[in-house]
Amino acid sequence: MNVRVFGDPRLFEIGPVPITETMLSSLAVSALLVFFALWMRWAVANRPDSLMATLARIIVQRIDQSVQDILGKSNPAVAGMAGSLFLFIAACNISGQLPGVHPATASLATTSALAIVVFLTVPLAGVRARGVGGYLKHYFSPNPLLFPLHMVSEISRTVALAMRLFGNVMSGHLVVGLLVALAGVLVPMPFMALDLLIGMLQAYIFAILSTLFIGAAIGPEENA
Amino acid sequence: MTDQTVIQMASIIAAGITMAFGAVGAAIGESKIAAAAMDALARQPDESASITRTLFVSLAMVESTAIFCLVIALILIFANPFTAG
Repeated sequence: MNVRVFGDPRLFEIGPVPITETMLSSLAVSALLVFFALWMRWAVANRPDSLMATLARIIVQRIDQSVQDILGKSNPAVAGMAGSLFLFIAACNISGQLPGVHPATASLATTSALAIVVFLTVPLAGVRARGVGGYLKHYFSPNPLLFPLHMVSEISRTVALAMRLFGNVMSGHLVVGLLVALAGVLVPMPFMALDLLIGMLQAYIFAILSTLFIGAAIGPEENA
Repeated sequence: MTDQTVIQMASIIAAGITMAFGAVGAAIGESKIAAAAMDALARQPDESASITRTLFVSLAMVESTAIFCLVIALILIFANPFTAG
């Protein structure tokens, strides 16, 4: 069997840019999500009673409710961010169940990119909500001696975010691949079901943790 | 045995030990979380939604230490920097 844990083979090149399997599968997932989003927007505007419109309202309401539970109040910007992260990661994880598809989140590059987006969003949201001085002050509270610890925590939680998603999705994919190679057709099915559950759970946790980090940067009054 | 064979053998043994100890720590931690969540659910069934959410988030956070061990073990086996090829 063909084990691929790290690294991403190049399929072909467009000019100087190498195109890998991960890029193709994440592009396909993004295109599918955009397609469904446009369909749902059209449905909400033109056919308010249709199935797609109801589905859109349920998804938006659940995401908004989850963010509200954490932040204590509704915040459309954070809900959009967390919802996009959740939908993209969940769709990527589910796409791994299709035969022949290598899920984009099983590549360390994708998860690192997502974690870096969260890493950059946290100070942006903090500065927007509290101003530069107010945000920087939280690095020196409760005591300036804790500044290095705040730095370490910022970096380590970003690395943990990327490694957690990568490790879970990649290991689930690897276990199914090993079982297919060793045992045949029906044996890996329970593991595929577990993989589905873990994929949804990890997408949820990635979104929830990003919301927690952003919430902690936005305001100290929320007990995040 | 050549040097390469020794390195590969040691890597595989090290990967096994890494996974074993990583799994022990995460399993103990997760069992404590699960027990505490059951206790909380039995005392306050009304809070089940919030308890379950916190339970899953903390389970995944504790699980991540085992996942780190798994990644290290996989690096040792599949992407070992000390073996040639």
